[in-house]
Amino acid sequence: MLLLDIYSFSTLTSSIDESLNNVMVPWLATLTEFVLVGIVFLLFYALLGLFLVYLERKVCAVIQNRIGPNRVGKWGMFQTIADLIKLLMKELITIKNADKFLFNLAPFIVIIASFMAIAALPFAKGLQAIDLNIGIFYIIAVSSLGVVGILIAGWSSNSKYSLIGAMRSGAQIISYELSVGLSVLAIVIFSGSMQISTIVESQADGWWIFKGHLPALFAFVLYLITATAEINRGPFDLAEAESELTAGFHTEYSGIKFAFFFLAEYMNMFIVAAIATTLFLGGWMPFHIGGWEGFNQIMDYIPSIIWFFGKTFVVIYIIMWFKWTFPRLRIDQLLNLEWKYLLPLNLINTVIISFVVLLGLYFK
Amino acid sequence: MTLPLFMFYLLSAAILLFSVLTIASRKMLRSAVYLLFVLIATAGFYFLLNYQFLAGVQLTLYAGGIVVLIIFSILLTSHISHKFKRPAAWKLWMGLSVLVFGGGTTLWMLLLQPFDKDPVVKAVPVSMHLIGDQLLGLGKNGYVLPFELISVLLLAVMIAAIVVAKKESN
Repeated sequence: MLLLDIYSFSTLTSSIDESLNNVMVPWLATLTEFVLVGIVFLLFYALLGLFLVYLERKVCAVIQNRIGPNRVGKWGMFQTIADLIKLLMKELITIKNADKFLFNLAPFIVIIASFMAIAALPFAKGLQAIDLNIGIFYIIAVSSLGVVGILIAGWSSNSKYSLIGAMRSGAQIISYELSVGLSVLAIVIFSGSMQISTIVESQADGWWIFKGHLPALFAFVLYLITATAEINRGPFDLAEAESELTAGFHTEYSGIKFAFFFLAEYMNMFIVAAIATTLFLGGWMPFHIGGWEGFNQIMDYIPSIIWFFGKTFVVIYIIMWFKWTFPRLRIDQLLNLEWKYLLPLNLINTVIISFVVLLGLYFK
Repeated sequence: MTLPLFMFYLLSAAILLFSVLTIASRKMLRSAVYLLFVLIATAGFYFLLNYQFLAGVQLTLYAGGIVVLIIFSILLTSHISHKFKRPAAWKLWMGLSVLVFGGGTTLWMLLLQPFDKDPVVKAVPVSMHLIGDQLLGLGKNGYVLPFELISVLLLAVMIAAIVVAKKESN
């Protein structure tokens, strides 16, 4: 019997698993589950991608004192769907003298990397595709593959803009990966585990950003800065700086191939925000204050999936806010910021956190 | 055929195919991309063995690190129209004979080795604490000495690279 319990999805998933195993041989059941999870993620990608683009345009409009999209549907709600239909009908331009195989391969590498990363995220209680022993390390590992797609796209387009954009973005992602890793390490030290379910469980009595004192807060701020740079978003979007490079590495792409890059970029923003939520803001755990029993019970009434998406969208809003308020950095400023300021700060913070954990100075 | 066995054959086929393509392709960046696929498939093997940490390391270090460096250097040095010439016939034959000889020896040695058909010990996920203890351990199987030695080596390489790249002052 399928029971939809909005507080815990484990009954739903295990009942699907059981009924599949009842009607078919185990390997076929596993394969069917693969396909089902894949379809769910594909749908999730399409819907969330559309919504994020709409959200970005609305947030940008609010910050710039405009109304934003308002013609297609109520409050312009179907604007991005119209845009998508337009993108799908665009001609796929093949470029003379480009390396066609790599040119066509690059969007797939970028989007597959983000697919692999999203698989390990916990969306709600019992709603996680794979819970690896090395969860967070796995996410960092697979998201480092995306840069390969960007570099290949820039080179195989055989265009100067694309190549410059790809080189910039490669240099940027490789440098900022270090800081992202170190600020994630802060929470690994606090919770003593890399498994994502354990990290979330460890925040049942308080989120790490509150429990971990100042070092955790500091790590959160560093994570937000470096993660924004890692996903090539403003103010670190010099890889595709419109005013100087037309569009950077995806200048030569059109139609659905361009849409792949665009979608991957927005989904990467979601993944980055979801990681921030999972590590620092308690994942799908409700907000609890020790001793306030009544308050905690009211908080428990809100389903975990709403907690997760609510927190994630707050982080997404902050990242969008960055983009529409700060001016773009130059490449030398960008690399200076990482290598001379953020990385040393991160290293010092990691040492401080190790001491805090060793001496037991955080709230337990 | 069980699912793990099927995955094993799939990954092996991918590794064999892309390894051959890596050396056979005449365009340099394509070779690098095929190499990336080989390395990712190897990480797939580690996942299949339930050795997730090594799989993660394989992905970050080889696929995400070394291949990116290789691609970077190709981007900086080679032009898109560049294509290697077909190798001369004698080189091809030399290479093929080395392949037959080397591959034959390896296969022969492998087939001499008795293999346990169904291993009794199943791989268990290694905890993060164990990995940390081993990486920074001084005792048996501890990795602190190699770790430090490699860092000294890397420092020397970096200083050397800076010296080489430095502009002459005149």
